[in-house]
Amino acid sequence: MKPINEVVSVITPLDRKNVDTDQIISKEFLKRIERTGFGKYLFYHWRFDENGQEKKDFILNDERYKESEILVAHENFGCGSSREHAPWSIMDYGFRVVIAPSFADIFHNNCFKNGILPIKLSVAEVEELLANGQQEPFKVEVNLEEQTVTAQDGKVYSFEIDPYQKQMLLNGWDEISLTFQYEEHIAAFEEKQRV
Amino acid sequence: MAKTIIEKIWEQHIVYEEKGKPDLLYIDLHLLHEVTSPQAFEGLRLANRKVRRPDLCFATMDHNVPTKNLPIIKDPIAKKQITTLEKNCQEFGIELADMEHPDQGIVHIIGPELGLTQPGKTIVCGDSHTSTHGAFGAIAFGIGTSEVEHVLSTQTLWQAKPKTMEIRINGKLGFGVTAKDVILAIIAKFGIDMGTGHIIEYTGEAIRNLTMEERMTICNMSIEAGAKAGLISPDETTINYLKGRRYVPQGEAFEQAAQNWLALATDEGATYDTVLEIDADEIEPFVTWGTNPSMGSGINAHVPFAADFKEESDREALKKALAYMGLEEGQPLTSIDIQHVFIGSCTNARLSDLQAAAEVVKGKKVHPSVTAIVVPGSRTVKKQAEEEGLDAIFLEAGFEWRESGCSMCLAMNDDVVPAGERCASTSNRNFEGRQGAGSRTHLMSPAMAAASAISGHFVDVREMVAAKA
Ligand code: SF4
Repeated sequence: MKPINEVVSVITPLDRKNVDTDQIISKEFLKRIERTGFGKYLFYHWRFDENGQEKKDFILNDERYKESEILVAHENFGCGSSREHAPWSIMDYGFRVVIAPSFADIFHNNCFKNGILPIKLSVAEVEELLANGQQEPFKVEVNLEEQTVTAQDGKVYSFEIDPYQKQMLLNGWDEISLTFQYEEHIAAFEEKQRV
Repeated sequence: MAKTIIEKIWEQHIVYEEKGKPDLLYIDLHLLHEVTSPQAFEGLRLANRKVRRPDLCFATMDHNVPTKNLPIIKDPIAKKQITTLEKNCQEFGIELADMEHPDQGIVHIIGPELGLTQPGKTIVCGDSHTSTHGAFGAIAFGIGTSEVEHVLSTQTLWQAKPKTMEIRINGKLGFGVTAKDVILAIIAKFGIDMGTGHIIEYTGEAIRNLTMEERMTICNMSIEAGAKAGLISPDETTINYLKGRRYVPQGEAFEQAAQNWLALATDEGATYDTVLEIDADEIEPFVTWGTNPSMGSGINAHVPFAADFKEESDREALKKALAYMGLEEGQPLTSIDIQHVFIGSCTNARLSDLQAAAEVVKGKKVHPSVTAIVVPGSRTVKKQAEEEGLDAIFLEAGFEWRESGCSMCLAMNDDVVPAGERCASTSNRNFEGRQGAGSRTHLMSPAMAAASAISGHFVDVREMVAAKA
């Protein structure tokens, strides 16, 4: 997994709440057996019309946001299906950070396994960022070590993050190798279960 | 100290704990299907890792499988997913109920059916509706593919202890009100993210009176309330359901197990982080009108007005939803015409669901402008239904009678609702495009969907059943 600490980019304001994983990656793209190549299908039915043409009014199709690495949306981002294809498509598209007031549990977890940083800010803070970002491209600097989002207007937003998950992201650790260090505990547990 | 069942099961499964870290939790049962597992197995192979406990894994094929003309899969990519699962199960020694196996079915239907699902277990699957298994008093939750890989190789997961929530349903359900109506009413009342970070325990008189199949319908949709999992403390109903199933202990060992299971029930006086209540007699047969499961109302209500909502973001969400659904503010729900009916999915495709639907359609005909299909949740359900003659009732009425699988719940196979058309569905998600690009989904119970099939529009099934009696 690719470690992550600082990300500087314009934000992509996605003015929606309860964005579900069916919208992030639609089921017709779940048939691949690889982890990569999902970026072109991200938000497919919001991005493209029936003829595969870009819909002009969807934010991802605005040239000015094409290089953005930070997605901002309203509450309960990533609800619904557990499909990890959702974070895979977000990552593959080029986003490294998602900012929202709240996330659905499984999606939130899946982000950490893929080197995506999900940041929770308050509703008011997110609305402020969205409002700024919707007017014109708005740059922020995310710093995981410091747990801050610094906006181009100088405003600093701090966020909380679980210390364990923070370390995972900062170091890009492979969780399975980490867990192997607890092999004796697992074996002892299994032994106890047998009796 | 008095404890909830959630705390008891959690504590029994801690392999390792340390301050500042999540708990390392042991997993007792790992269910697998073709869509969320291939990348996990590939990960194992790349890192040269083994499956630690293949004996605790069980796999089936459900999401992609066709529901007619078996075993031909036309879509080459879907086919590859199926053959990949076969190959992976063979290579890693995992039991598989493949497409033509008599035990095949939707993963959350066959777990309980086979008795793999048991009280007190920790159960995971790369699928959010794993919460279904909580009906037995298990901690069962959906995981992503990276976690599938983690469980395959270590049989554990790092998990922060979730908060606990009680949802008490007081009193008795009224005539014609089903488990599906209960869970839809709960989500409409408290919202689709009310359960975030929590495991829900459903309690109260109404829950105690439910059969196991009805309890599964409720727990199944815990994820639609945003919860990590939902469960119900085991009781005699649980024990009676499990007795004699293939994977439960048999004979005297079963009696012993049953005692342990019953002891898991939440202690008198135990407390939860959050408590919510709802009265059974305020629940009516329910229908959703929007694009998430909380956007629903009792059948005799109307589509809300934007002015009914206080917050601007909710008014916006309503407008977007109605534009997608092709509905107007204030429209009575009974005035909405439909073109499709889908009776199926892990929420409502067990035998009792098919019985309830058959009871409504018996001796009647599907409305000429409606295409209606029944997709049993498993091959076992299909067989039992046929033994009772339910297939004949459905076919006679003009329904199609299909092979088991997820089918039109997510439309990964050929069972798709065309753009702009409307479907009365017994499944669990009405998100945009869920049943096909541009499709419009309305969630409801099997009896309500059956009644809609006959009428061609939504209707209060109680009128139909009462008229019959
Ligand atoms: S029936 Fe629907 S919700 Fe259930 S497992 Fe299949 S796709 Fe998922």
